[in-house]
Amino acid sequence: MRTGFNVVVTLGIIFVLFTTVGVFIADWERPPMETRQIGYRGVGMEQISNPRTQGDIRLENRLPTVIDPVPPGGRPAREAYQNVQILGDLTEDQFNRLMLAITEWVSPEQGCAYCHNVENLAEDVPNKVIARRMFQMTKHINQNWTQHVAQTGVTCYTCHRGRPVPAEVWFRQSTGQPKGLVGYDGGQNHPAPSAGLSSLPMDPFTEQLDSPADSRVVGKTALPVRQGPSIKKAEYTYALMIQMSQSLGVNCTYCHNSRAFLSWDQSVPPRNPAWHGIRMVRDLNQNFISPLKPMYTKAKLGPLGDVAKVNCTTCHRGQIKPLGGAQLLKDNPELNAAILEPVASMPVPAARPEQEPQSPTQPVGRQPPAAPGGDQTRPVPPAGQPPAGQVR
Amino acid sequence: MAEYQNIFTRIQVRAVPEMGPTRDGDAFPRGDDAFFSYWLGKIGDAQVGPMHLGYTGVASLICGFIAIEIIGLNMWASVNWDPVQFIRQLPWLGLEPPPPQYGLQILPPLNEGGWWLMAGFFLTTSIFLWWIKVYNNARALGMGTHVAWAFASAIFLYLSLGFIRPILMGSWSEAVPFGIFPHLDWTAAFSIRYGNLFYNPFHMLSIVFLYGSTLLFAMHAATILAVSQYGGEREIEQIVDRGTASERAALFWRWTMGFNASMESIHRWAWWFAVLCTLTGGIGILLTGTVVENWFLWAVKHNVAPSYPAVYPPITDPSLLNGAAQ
Repeated sequence: MRTGFNVVVTLGIIFVLFTTVGVFIADWERPPMETRQIGYRGVGMEQISNPRTQGDIRLENRLPTVIDPVPPGGRPAREAYQNVQILGDLTEDQFNRLMLAITEWVSPEQGCAYCHNVENLAEDVPNKVIARRMFQMTKHINQNWTQHVAQTGVTCYTCHRGRPVPAEVWFRQSTGQPKGLVGYDGGQNHPAPSAGLSSLPMDPFTEQLDSPADSRVVGKTALPVRQGPSIKKAEYTYALMIQMSQSLGVNCTYCHNSRAFLSWDQSVPPRNPAWHGIRMVRDLNQNFISPLKPMYTKAKLGPLGDVAKVNCTTCHRGQIKPLGGAQLLKDNPELNAAILEPVASMPVPAARPEQEPQSPTQPVGRQPPAAPGGDQTRPVPPAGQPPAGQVR
Repeated sequence: MAEYQNIFTRIQVRAVPEMGPTRDGDAFPRGDDAFFSYWLGKIGDAQVGPMHLGYTGVASLICGFIAIEIIGLNMWASVNWDPVQFIRQLPWLGLEPPPPQYGLQILPPLNEGGWWLMAGFFLTTSIFLWWIKVYNNARALGMGTHVAWAFASAIFLYLSLGFIRPILMGSWSEAVPFGIFPHLDWTAAFSIRYGNLFYNPFHMLSIVFLYGSTLLFAMHAATILAVSQYGGEREIEQIVDRGTASERAALFWRWTMGFNASMESIHRWAWWFAVLCTLTGGIGILLTGTVVENWFLWAVKHNVAPSYPAVYPPITDPSLLNGAAQ
């Protein structure tokens, strides 16, 4: 008995030592933090930030150099060059300025050859088709999603930051599907990088940023009326919200009054652009990014064969306004000249039949600017079928 | 005076091990093995043993072992049997209840909650067997069964979370996963889903009794330690024959707040606070989702939640503006 007792005590001491070491090597930020009151006194409406990480965040959000503006006048680009499908209204000089800028924004190391066949610049190679669609996407955001991007707008650099593929993108993950007889994790219960290293779902995006899901899970009435969303669904929403919070470098209280997450009349005004932001990201993923899949080589697709998609972090990168709110669009008015009408070179979305109603050949640019809800571009479910995502 | 300001026990007895009163009809006799441990003597009685597990104790340990095995092996499998990742990710790993589509099925697929149900069954059996052992041990020693009933209160909270409420809600998926961080994340999601558990009055009561327990524990322990130089730790004798230790402690609290607990009543206070903590907590859990959908809205309806002056201009739910789905 004495031996058994000693073994137990020794194991206990080893466990305590391991735990103690673990506590100190965890990647925690030391105090003190800066706290700013943003609501009524005494109710915990505060923003907490770490003054020691602000420098790194600013460094990560450096601005590109602005290319000198070109004088007006000159031949239209569609006459100067062949196969200019959406930027033909620019002058030759403006067109060249924009090509220079996008090279700096997207492929500074790879140069023109990243998107063009340098032997024949007019040829529609896959990356050029993608870039053309991305010009349309940028125009679409700046024209139809002003409730999220306001007049600041976006440029290619808002996401790309000098990289052909933006640093912060997401792919579908093969979690949640049981394999074999043991080890079901329900798509969670590992350190989730997108959800603050919590045990929450690893991929809250597929359901909420690549489908017309309802992320609202809080009970809408004081007493139960009918079966509401499950706690598991609440965990997916929770994970998405942590991703938003992390990507903007803010607390929950930047948008919500955390005493009542559902309540709009107690919320903080930024909740409104954030709501539109979620719908914007869904719109971009579903209508612009995913349909480009046939243009990608297999090596660039995710483990489940999907295109790299965007979430809040793709643009925000730790800041409330991407790039500190710098108005790059004003410096690059050429981006507004892109034509949103369908063009011949667009890929047919055969790879994603479920996306048919949102075919990229649809004139998305003709949406009334006053109603930019991604909701309205969604396919209407057949009669008798409940809207997707209501009940999980 | 500093003589009495110690973190650790100062006196250790060394003698022939005390084997306790004999028990008739011991079907599973206690061991006769006992020894002294200097280090355990620092925090308690230096004598270790004799042990008495009994049939229920042994069966309880076996069931508990099975439950821990099911949970642990599923966790290990969830990192593809990688021993390093098992250690690194251990606090994150978990065993999930069945997903919502299986409702209350007794036999969902083994790897989609079936293991969770089995682990829950064996853990619950283990806990019930241990409760029987605790009850029987107390009876056999001619004691009251206070420990068993306090334990039962904690079991009630455990069953409320993992068994009774899921049944009332009609889905195992409402239950808590096994795992360190998983059950904490579940708790936060549970509170958010049902509109903030802090507005649940039974949650409030549970917190009162939880924090109240720590306060009572601190007050009682500090009082007894403070009069230990007068023999204050001999509490049982002082219930019937209070000496100067009791009198000084009592006067201290009467000077402080005009009232004092007695050597007997302080333990009734502590027992009830501890028991009510889990009892009210369990009731609060059982009401959530079954009869109350959103505790914040419930609190507004019943004038529990105060409203505060608006700081920002009102904003409205954009999903109401264009009539679209949320």
